[in-house]
Amino acid sequence: MAILDKHAVLERNITLLAICAFLVVSIGGIVQIAPLFWLENTIEDVEGMRPYTPLELTGRDIYIREGCYVCHSQMIRPMRDEVERYGHYSLAAESKYDHPFQWGSKRTGPDLARVGGRYSDEWHVDHLRNPQAVVPESVMPKYGYLEDRMIDGKYIEDLLATHRLVGVPYSDEMIENAQADFQVQTDPFGDTDGLFERYGEAVPVRNFDGAEGISEADALVAYLQMLGTLVDFSTFTPVASR
Amino acid sequence: MSKKSDQKHEVETTGHVWDGIEEYNNPLPRWWLWVLYACIAWGIWYVIAYPAWPMINQATAGYKGWSTRANIAVELAEAEAANAEINAKLASTELTMIAKDPELQSYAASAGNAVFKTWCAQCHGSGAAGTKGYPNLLDNDWLWGGDVDAIHTTIRHGVRSDDDDDTRYSEMPKFGEILEQEEITQVVNFVMSLSGTPDDASTVTPGSVVFADNCASCHADDGTGDREQGAPNLTDAIWLYGGDYDTLTQTVTNSRFGVMPPWSTRLSEAEMRAVAAYVHQLGGGE
Repeated sequence: MAILDKHAVLERNITLLAICAFLVVSIGGIVQIAPLFWLENTIEDVEGMRPYTPLELTGRDIYIREGCYVCHSQMIRPMRDEVERYGHYSLAAESKYDHPFQWGSKRTGPDLARVGGRYSDEWHVDHLRNPQAVVPESVMPKYGYLEDRMIDGKYIEDLLATHRLVGVPYSDEMIENAQADFQVQTDPFGDTDGLFERYGEAVPVRNFDGAEGISEADALVAYLQMLGTLVDFSTFTPVASR
Repeated sequence: MSKKSDQKHEVETTGHVWDGIEEYNNPLPRWWLWVLYACIAWGIWYVIAYPAWPMINQATAGYKGWSTRANIAVELAEAEAANAEINAKLASTELTMIAKDPELQSYAASAGNAVFKTWCAQCHGSGAAGTKGYPNLLDNDWLWGGDVDAIHTTIRHGVRSDDDDDTRYSEMPKFGEILEQEEITQVVNFVMSLSGTPDDASTVTPGSVVFADNCASCHADDGTGDREQGAPNLTDAIWLYGGDYDTLTQTVTNSRFGVMPPWSTRLSEAEMRAVAAYVHQLGGGE
């Protein structure tokens, strides 16, 4: 065919080849990626989702720093065995405030997408300190030092602002009060009205690690204890086409 | 191919020449071509059959109407239907009567075992022997009662849970804020004497007075506890956190506040009953 004979032109002109290769790759990329931004059946609004509180977001940073995602996934796939073991399959909307998401595909440890409320705070602290003390079969390393590392939320406003930059709807008010919200979430006797107003009544306020002060363990346990708890599946009806 | 072969007369070359090297234009193997055509045909069918092309609002759904969410719903419904009859029977039978029906008991024990391994083993151990701070379910010592109804209630509502209004709740005061250090030492020695040897025998008698004034209202005058309020029996030498002097001092001073989640939000009624029956038949059930 005559048009196929023209490839000699491309093969002899490196600039033209680069331009055409770029065009072809761009089309491939656009077709695959761009529709995800507007297709209605890939974007689902689910009731109950809220941005992480400052303490939870800090815990999430610790989760990432410690590489928890290397062994733990956070996505329950829509299969019977997963649903029976971990709970309702994960919805895309449940990680819409995750930057980056923690879905993962490697499970040396169990999936954590719905670990929130599954164990007591005390269990989490015991387990982080020495996983084998509660689960003898476990191969998880010890994270007891998190309890000794105190945190003050010095950069918490910046952290929230950064997440707003990538699309998490933190309001000015949330950012302004980030330090206060950070401090009060571990103090059940503190003035939690603002925290509840900004993040909802259901935000757990407890001394997560049972020790004085705010440690990294507090933040991590606060994060773990809210994972997968935001959507109320007793009222959620999945749309089958999504 | 630099080697000139006899084929040269039958097969054309591609016409490319590099430094005198020419390339045969042999036809592709037939089987290979057919595999290629088959893959193309399969690709076209796949795009029509399954969700594929992105359109304005949605991707094409595909004529097979495939949907992950619909599939899992069907899969779960099938599994539920397979056990529906016996699960319904389990959910409606009087808890105490389950053990009297061999078929139901055997189903409950194996289903309960599966539930236990999935949801309970992380705290209570895969063999249900518990560990420090997480009760052993194999022995006769029960904080909140060991008959199958009491076990079921504990599973259903949890212990000291924030999320369940009917949860089992008790809160021992932090006696470090109430008693003098000396009194704590005395009462700890008295408690140790109830089931074993005290650390310091001379303080047992004054300790009994401290006990009667501060502890007996929950743990009973003789220290045998009160299951109505989850006050442990202190005379049986079975300890949740430890019965040595240091641990007991810690317990009396700061109190303990073990939490168990309520399972009614995660497990079905039949599953909760199954695991209650399973735990009940492990050895300690009353």
